[in-house]
Amino acid sequence: MAQNNGFFENPTVKWIEHRLPIFSFLDHSLGSQYPTPRNLNYWWNFGSLAGFMLVVMILSGVFLAMNYTPHVDHAFGSVERIMRDVNYGWLIRYIHMNGASMFFIVVYIHIFRGLYFGSYKPPREILWWLGIVILLLMMATAFMGYVLPWGQMSFWGATVITNLFSAIPLVGDKIVTLLWGGFSVDNATLNRFFALHYLLPFVIAGVVVLHIWALHVHGSNNPLGIDARGPQDKIPFHPYYTVKDAFGLAVFMIFFMFFVFFAPNFFGEPDNYIPANPMVTPAHIVPEWYFLPFYAILRSVTFNILFIDAKLGGVLAMFGSILILFLLPWLDTSRVRSGRFRPVFKVFYWLFFVVCMLLGWVGGQPADATAAGIPLLRIGQVCTFWYFFHFVVVLPLLGWFERPRPLPISISQPVLGGGRIAAAAASKPMEKA
Amino acid sequence: MSRMRKLVVAGALALGIASPGFAAEAPKPPSQSWGFEGLFGTYDRASLQRGYQVYKEVCASCHSLGQIRYRDLGVSPGGIGLGYSEDEVKAIAAEFKVMDGPNDNGEMFERTARPADRLHSPFANEKAARSANNGAYPPDLSLIVEARKNGADYLYALLTGYKDPPAGVTLNEGMHYNAWFPGFQIAMGSPLSDDRVTYGDGTKATVSQMARDVTVFLAWASEPNLEQRKALGLKVILFLIILSGILYAAKRKIWSDVH
Repeated sequence: MAQNNGFFENPTVKWIEHRLPIFSFLDHSLGSQYPTPRNLNYWWNFGSLAGFMLVVMILSGVFLAMNYTPHVDHAFGSVERIMRDVNYGWLIRYIHMNGASMFFIVVYIHIFRGLYFGSYKPPREILWWLGIVILLLMMATAFMGYVLPWGQMSFWGATVITNLFSAIPLVGDKIVTLLWGGFSVDNATLNRFFALHYLLPFVIAGVVVLHIWALHVHGSNNPLGIDARGPQDKIPFHPYYTVKDAFGLAVFMIFFMFFVFFAPNFFGEPDNYIPANPMVTPAHIVPEWYFLPFYAILRSVTFNILFIDAKLGGVLAMFGSILILFLLPWLDTSRVRSGRFRPVFKVFYWLFFVVCMLLGWVGGQPADATAAGIPLLRIGQVCTFWYFFHFVVVLPLLGWFERPRPLPISISQPVLGGGRIAAAAASKPMEKA
Repeated sequence: MSRMRKLVVAGALALGIASPGFAAEAPKPPSQSWGFEGLFGTYDRASLQRGYQVYKEVCASCHSLGQIRYRDLGVSPGGIGLGYSEDEVKAIAAEFKVMDGPNDNGEMFERTARPADRLHSPFANEKAARSANNGAYPPDLSLIVEARKNGADYLYALLTGYKDPPAGVTLNEGMHYNAWFPGFQIAMGSPLSDDRVTYGDGTKATVSQMARDVTVFLAWASEPNLEQRKALGLKVILFLIILSGILYAAKRKIWSDVH
């Protein structure tokens, strides 16, 4: 869609453009008129991958919904009918099932990229907030989607998680009744979860539009974390990043499709192939893997804190672990965005990463398990402590005490004294011929 | 939290899988080699047909297989069936009666099963099944391989894992000792014994042979589309690898004036 290939001279295009300038809108959004830092690395691919996964989930979900029956007596059977009798139903369902895991993998990498390169810092705070809102919506959507096949984990996961809301003082029980649409997880629950599971992805899509809008105001952050100084620091999104994103997408698809075709139940629990039975509790109720770190935080609060009992404390810690991200732009007091120039931050960043992984591992184990003689509960508690300590103490103090390495002068001149990149940049301003 | 833990423990006790004196976790069953594993895995048709025979003559007296229809036993376009011909499938179905109706007079009636019917269920409902089985409920086997950790390995180990209880272990009334069942006591008695069935193809019906065949059959019942899935998967992955290569070359070319 570059302006020199005659596209905008085409009479039909001109006619439409005069009435609805959609082509120039696209060109300014994702085309040759959207200037992008020239130095984005492959970690910047995960934003477009997340957008792609949202589309995959909505499309596969719509086709599943055509064959699914949200009724406690028929839900499990209708899913099996999709798997066995609907043409390529097994493929659509395995794409949707594994797509949920892929969506979270991509989004978690996207978030950790932002955490490392300081993408939440001014002027991108609202962009960051919108991202957290998307994460929360994704979690709600994924949770309700997991209930729909009405297997044992669907039912008992729904029971455990909805019960969490009963910890809220005064109105907790009323909220739970409202979520259930009755006095236990039952047909009314399944019906409203289905309705909401179909609705929320479109809400996500709406917030994604805001997210991209906010992104376009100041453009992408970059691995150096410094602002672009001029046209020599930027290249048009198309064709440079369209082709780079396309290549990344193809590689990601190999990973995604490997699970769909060769290990479709890798991320799932065998128990969810047993129809829901309110009279029989599974030995271990575990949420899907992408909730495990938060599940570990929830379970690690086993003690009362003043007037807050352990259950409410766990719920607050779990929600707090995500809500604290809203404050991150102010908790991180360093003015340097990129972790590349922050030697101490780098260490704490990777420590935080390990803590999150440990939380995920602990969350997947039985509550009373031990490893090398250490109760996992203790490990979970230490990690939970560190999770919050990182945000509330480490990041604010680092900004004061850390001595960042000197920042490069500009994106096109990352190494003082120039070099081949600088030379190439000088001869090539932000236009793709 | 404690409420949830209590719930879980109560549920486990109710299931009888955490009864005092028994560890709730069974050990990991030994790994077997199955023809349907791996990138190119397929079901062994002869083993499938023998497995169906074991299911029909042994398991089906207590266990339903409600997700499978007689027609699934035949040959389908995706090559996912058991390999019986259309006439053979009709003959297999014709051995069973199903309740249908109501007819124009409002009456239910019995008729001969057709290929489109689901496999005959031994009991009318769960209550009837429990009442006939000392209170235990023989689960539907349609998804038994997918619905258990270690799937086929577990099922094979379970079917061949009946032993006398070790010293000091007392079993509850009517229960049997099995080294691979969570909690180690299982309501189902050892279903297989040598020559329990007579195979048409002359294969010797040892316990391990029958256990293997019926496990392959039930793995197929859990996932009849497995062969179609893997065959399509190879094409898709191959396509994506080539596509990645082309896109990488395009990326290199387009970026050549930036680097």
